[in-house]
Amino acid sequence: METNFIYSLLGNNLLGYLAVCILPLVFLIVYALVAILGELKIGAFMQDRLGPMRTGPWGTIQPIAEVVKLLQKENITPDAASKFLFNLAPFIIFTAAFAAFAVIPFSPKFVPSGINLGLFYIFAIGSFAVIGIFMGGWASNNKYSLLGAVRSVAQIISYEIPAGMAILSIAALAGTLDMNEIITKQSGWFTNWYIFGGSGSALRILFLPFTFGIFVIYLIASLAETNRTPFDIPEGESEIVAGYHTEYSGMKFAMFFFAEYANMFVVSALLTIMFFGGWNSPFGDFMSGPIWAVVWFLGKSMSFIFLQIWLRWTLPRLRVDQLMYTGWKVLLPISFVCFFAIALLAMLK
Amino acid sequence: MDLFEIIFYFFAAIVLVSALVVVLSKNIMYSAFSLLFTFFGVAGLFVLLNADFVGITQIMVYVGGILVLIIFGVMITTKVTGVDIKEGISGKLQYAGAGIITLLTAIFLSLMFINGKWITGSSTDVHATIHQIGTLLMTKYILAFEAAAILLLIAFIGAALIGRRKA
Repeated sequence: METNFIYSLLGNNLLGYLAVCILPLVFLIVYALVAILGELKIGAFMQDRLGPMRTGPWGTIQPIAEVVKLLQKENITPDAASKFLFNLAPFIIFTAAFAAFAVIPFSPKFVPSGINLGLFYIFAIGSFAVIGIFMGGWASNNKYSLLGAVRSVAQIISYEIPAGMAILSIAALAGTLDMNEIITKQSGWFTNWYIFGGSGSALRILFLPFTFGIFVIYLIASLAETNRTPFDIPEGESEIVAGYHTEYSGMKFAMFFFAEYANMFVVSALLTIMFFGGWNSPFGDFMSGPIWAVVWFLGKSMSFIFLQIWLRWTLPRLRVDQLMYTGWKVLLPISFVCFFAIALLAMLK
Repeated sequence: MDLFEIIFYFFAAIVLVSALVVVLSKNIMYSAFSLLFTFFGVAGLFVLLNADFVGITQIMVYVGGILVLIIFGVMITTKVTGVDIKEGISGKLQYAGAGIITLLTAIFLSLMFINGKWITGSSTDVHATIHQIGTLLMTKYILAFEAAAILLLIAFIGAALIGRRKA
């Protein structure tokens, strides 16, 4: 099955591979600019402010101004820092975030790499970011950075387990780890999405609490894995300045920033793929096709980005002990129960 | 040299150079971080040999689990970073012991490599290894699979026992 329109356009050669690599990067940069503006404006409206108004009409070119500002800033490397690792860490974190884009199906005709282990790959590649955070926090030689890194890593590896259970449930339900196949199995009306138990008999309505529960669990765990509020204790400004990127400035800080937005998109895309039918149209054949698929996919993903921004400006930050309690004593047992129920549903099909 | 060979030598170079840094670095943190690239290179080699599931599992288990554990351990244990193991008579003994063990291992591995009967099947484009691995794990290798599960359970119970505060 040809899953990539670029290969049929340019052929299976180096040029084609390069184009496949560059297209998600271009998308990522454009999306990050939009998301930064979204964060500024949505946050402002939620707090009854206007937000940025001076740069461009309604402040719409504010994110470009921010990026230009970051590019111009002096690149400071602390004297006592471990220079090589300090400079390497932003690259590793950004690479880890961008590597996940390799398996995200934007459309049935465009998956950068249509491997049949997409879901597992995306889950595994996140561990590079953990090492990158460690590297940045340790190499900065700053106690706030180190504390932030330890907090961040403890949080990510704790919440990886409920997230892994959610991914396992979907793998059991779909019987495959291939992203495009998972989406194809949810085609048809929106009642076939995995949040409603996938296609099958009407009996699946009994399992709605479990499928919905596993969706909420993955949503919470994904917030924790991307260090977004209410799980932003690794960068809790009032306690440890900015966590593991305290010492970073200029373009290196911008790379941490871009990596965070890239991760936000990756988890939103995963939520869309696993629970909301990916690039499928919600209304059967209505407005379906490779081009509409991109529209549906981005629309669904962006609504989850909006949800993340909404939560960030609404909820206060958790305490460390509350974080661990939520992760290990609430989410993990519930995710086990949901997993068993969904495995039963998968067997009944 | 075709693309396959270029990629192979690229990953092989990553593995060798980073493994050398792991062994030769004076700072144990550099060794731990260098291990990241070794694991990455090995995963790349696995994927190159059509073993995509093994490659990704390599990243999942070694980078996501073991390496994080090593770095946590090194970071939280103080006074590890500047240890000089070459001092005094015990240091010399350590050098001698390490040298002998390394030499023996090298000889053993070389003999194994030369004398081993390597199964060289025709290279077919395997597209889905995960179904075959899953089926084999549940049929032919069920005993090994269950033994590994029990071993992990014992490790869990042991960790919980050690982690409990003593009354």
